[in-house]
Amino acid sequence: MSDIIVLAEQQNGKLANASRNAITAAKALAALTGGGFDIAVAGHGIGDVAGALGGYGAATVYTVDDAALAHYTAQAYAQAFSAAVEASGATFVVAAATSIGKDCTPRVAARLDAGMASDVIKIEKEGGTVLYSREIYSGNLIGRMKINTDIQVLTVRGTEFAMAEASGGASATQAVSASIEGVRMTYVGLDAVESDRPALTEASVVVSGGRGLKEPENFQKVLEPLADHFNAAIGATRAVVDAGWVPNDWQVGQTGKVVAPNLYIAMGISGAIQHLAGMKGSKTIVAINKDPEAPIFSVADYGLVADLFEAVPELTSKLKAR
Amino acid sequence: MKILVTAKRVIDPYSKPSLTSDGRIDDDDLDFKMNPFCEIAVEEALRIAEGADDDVEVVAVAIGSDEATKEVRTALAMGAHRGILVEMDEEELDSDLVAKMLQKIVADEAPDLVIMGKQAVDGDSNQVAQLLAEYLGWPQATFAYKVALEGDTLTVQREVDGGVETVTMSLPAVVTTDLRLNEPRYASLPGIMKAKRKPLATLDPEDDLEIDLDLKVELVDLAKPAERQAGVKVPDVDTLIDKLANEAKAI
Repeated sequence: MSDIIVLAEQQNGKLANASRNAITAAKALAALTGGGFDIAVAGHGIGDVAGALGGYGAATVYTVDDAALAHYTAQAYAQAFSAAVEASGATFVVAAATSIGKDCTPRVAARLDAGMASDVIKIEKEGGTVLYSREIYSGNLIGRMKINTDIQVLTVRGTEFAMAEASGGASATQAVSASIEGVRMTYVGLDAVESDRPALTEASVVVSGGRGLKEPENFQKVLEPLADHFNAAIGATRAVVDAGWVPNDWQVGQTGKVVAPNLYIAMGISGAIQHLAGMKGSKTIVAINKDPEAPIFSVADYGLVADLFEAVPELTSKLKAR
Repeated sequence: MKILVTAKRVIDPYSKPSLTSDGRIDDDDLDFKMNPFCEIAVEEALRIAEGADDDVEVVAVAIGSDEATKEVRTALAMGAHRGILVEMDEEELDSDLVAKMLQKIVADEAPDLVIMGKQAVDGDSNQVAQLLAEYLGWPQATFAYKVALEGDTLTVQREVDGGVETVTMSLPAVVTTDLRLNEPRYASLPGIMKAKRKPLATLDPEDDLEIDLDLKVELVDLAKPAERQAGVKVPDVDTLIDKLANEAKAI
């Protein structure tokens, strides 16, 4: 038994990379509390993923395997995870702030009568109290929160905690049975965004476009060739997602995805505060925009004031020629 | 049928809150408005009401100071039928307390559907709807992109990592809105005039809802994030490539 438990996320038997960020956060928390950590995983036919999770240094991997968990639903998974937390006796519960983590973890907190901090970027301890830093007001301020309940629940932002690597060894495993009941929702299907590109939150290069691209086709014509050169993920502003040009899954910002790649290239993006909140942690930022006053230049390491329809193809062809 | 929607009052995210010398939010010169995701929730409820064969009542709820009456009135001006304000200082709330208050209101109002913003653009916690759904034992569909109601079966397409997921659920249920669900309407002038005469009940959290006001989560302090330094403007693509290769070593 450890005092920290990670709620790991799997889909079709594959561990979500974001859960490895959550494992790192759990290790950071364990260093503060002086304890160890466990991992919980829920689903149906999850032997392989439970085995893989055994290599990350957890004392015990708790598995909740049930036909009712074959597909993720918030109602069923909240019951499974809260049963695992209770079996472990953990007082800290850590999950990744993915779409599943955001959807399910508050329900787990409710079942455990626990307070919860969302999308945590930093964990500290001061005078015996664990403090969780979160970005609030579109990233304009950082609030430090404390949780007053016996069990403390948090989701963590992947960009702030490195992805844990398996370190060998094998955790103990323990099956937990949860009597899943009262579920009134059914998973029907996933219309996946088909892409050979790396995930937006994991890519080392992100190329993003905004209104300055003028029309949706220019994502393919102008932006994609540059993204192809870097094998980059493609990002977009809230405005172009809202306009239906690109999938919501591409949205970078406080209400979309938060990214921190090695290189972020913003084209035709003015730099609304909520977009900046989603990318200002990037290592190097390049902005290409024809408006010299655009706020994006205030966070860009390299700003090029130019017509993107000329500059981006030139950049792409010169990079290819190097 | 009855739909409950939320209409939270938030600091306009474009008005950049700053801190006073003692570390509190300086609320001079700040603009307030309804949380944009709540506007989408109100709009969706109105569309369901307008498309239904039977009468649908839309009740708008806000929890906040008496100033938040404005946001409830805005929801009424958009077309909601009735308003409820739970009067309470924003600083004395956390997500759990808000969910518990909504749970009481749901017990009293017995709506078939609760539609809320996926998050409020001030605290950005993204918790209240999920907490509420669990406390009620109801199914939930967060991050809705499309909502279709047939009888008492709700089909929701949800914005998730990697695409759009479809789920079905039976009512009653909780739905939270994402960006692409709809384009909220503006309140018309006749709508604004009418809203002044629509019923708006003000409730006290302790006397009317009998809620224990202990906080599970407390804000300890606030700070400005480290500002990123603006870099340089480069004159042309060649300089950009040179800087990326030799200075940033990013390519």
